[in-house]
Amino acid sequence: MLADYSVLLISAILVNNFVLVQFLGLCPFMGVSNKLETAMGMSMATTFVLTLASACSNLTYHLLLEPLGLEYLRTISFILVIAVVVQFTEMVVRKSSPLLHRVLGVYLPLITTNCAVLGVALLNINKEHNFLQALFYGFGAAVGFSLVLVLFAAMRERLAVADVPVPFQGPAIGMITAGLMALAFMGFAGLV
Amino acid sequence: MKLLRVSSPHAHGPNSTQRVMQQVLLASLPGVFVLTVFFGFGTLVNILWAAVVALACESLALWLRKRPLGFYLGDCSALVTALLLGIALPPYAPWWLIAIGVASAILMAKHLYGGLGYNPFNPAMVGYVVLLISFPVQMTSWAPPRGLTENVPGLLDALRACFLPGQFDAITMATPLDVLRQNSGLMMDDLWAQAPQFGRWAGIGWEWANLAFLAGGLWLLYRRIFTWHAPVAFLASLALMAALFYDGGSSASGGSPLFHLLSGATMLGAFFIITDPVSSAVSVRGRLVFGALIGILVYLIRAWGNYPDAVAFAVLIANLCAPFIDHYTQPRTYGHRPPAREDA
Repeated sequence: MLADYSVLLISAILVNNFVLVQFLGLCPFMGVSNKLETAMGMSMATTFVLTLASACSNLTYHLLLEPLGLEYLRTISFILVIAVVVQFTEMVVRKSSPLLHRVLGVYLPLITTNCAVLGVALLNINKEHNFLQALFYGFGAAVGFSLVLVLFAAMRERLAVADVPVPFQGPAIGMITAGLMALAFMGFAGLV
Repeated sequence: MKLLRVSSPHAHGPNSTQRVMQQVLLASLPGVFVLTVFFGFGTLVNILWAAVVALACESLALWLRKRPLGFYLGDCSALVTALLLGIALPPYAPWWLIAIGVASAILMAKHLYGGLGYNPFNPAMVGYVVLLISFPVQMTSWAPPRGLTENVPGLLDALRACFLPGQFDAITMATPLDVLRQNSGLMMDDLWAQAPQFGRWAGIGWEWANLAFLAGGLWLLYRRIFTWHAPVAFLASLALMAALFYDGGSSASGGSPLFHLLSGATMLGAFFIITDPVSSAVSVRGRLVFGALIGILVYLIRAWGNYPDAVAFAVLIANLCAPFIDHYTQPRTYGHRPPAREDA
């Protein structure tokens, strides 16, 4: 039981990392990684939303779509669920903790378009996860996303001062670095 | 007698990049010698051909970027990359394999980032991992050590194996780490007795090569080319991990601490690869964390991963953590309080 869940976590964080192995959620990975501080904010917000959205979409599928025989509507209803979760999170955070809202605020709407969130929701269905597994899988995916986002941001701060040849400056060298990071993460293959 | 009168301070820094790199080259000699004795001339041919390709790639990149050739070629850093890759590749590797590895190391991992001093990843390890993922068959065929084979190939055979790869049938054998990985069900002592690859402490040849690299590394440490923090942290954490998961020799255990310290690329990694001043962490505490992280990763990947040796992957993963480690291990400047957190 416990071993199953830790395997699920390690698999989602390292072995099948959503960004570097499954190539999901690349837009925020490239877009919000210019500074370490903003990357931290983004990863916290994503962790919160991804875990919640994974669980909510799992409930939606099993309690609403399956009994009504509407499985073919899952993609569009998951998008709706994610948007609702993001909006809901924003409203709650704004009312309950203005400080947290200032830290996370700008990143919350961005998460709606993070394909890793939709990816986790759909993968939960494909892998036939139950509610608790979906919760853990979402959390693992979010931690894996946060881990590489923060490491990448720290690395890009250093790249900003490197003497990169002109044609490769900016996003180009970022892409190459992301590729080399993915190469390094291949080393985790077979761990679970 | 003529006395020079110079006012103080009399600081003199003899360590130029060129000198440091030359000493690293020199310190690797015992290890290369042992590898040549046990596995034949393959490693030597690897290194020489890799050096030729490395200098060519370096010149190409410098020419494209309109940098002075003599100055940058003279710092010998490309030769060190070639040396590390040449040692890490299996002996009797075909010429194109070495060329692809060296080209991706020098061009992609080093010059796309602006050359020496800017590369976030260790170039030689990037080259090695690119090859390991692209050509797993060629990369995992090691030659059998002297003592297990009648004829260790000579210089001419080694050259033929490298440049006319089709016409030379090299005999290959699994490395001790491979044997241990494939092992299912044999007690450690039985495995030791059955598989011919094992020697006194680790694999035949491997144990002496590792000891030779250890000797070279200790000399570099004595010459103060690098500090002791990263290598000691790496070796200590690897030994600790091995000790934690070693249960005295059942079939499920992953080899004794001594076996792990003297197998594969452990000592080469500890003293020649993770001490790369560019891609490792900078501060003292940072280097301790960096080395310990590599040790843990090496054991994890060796014990449960898919790949034969883990040092290259572990070094790359630690490289990508290095800027983050540096960010959180900035030493306090004397007389200043630690920087207060900005209020959000």
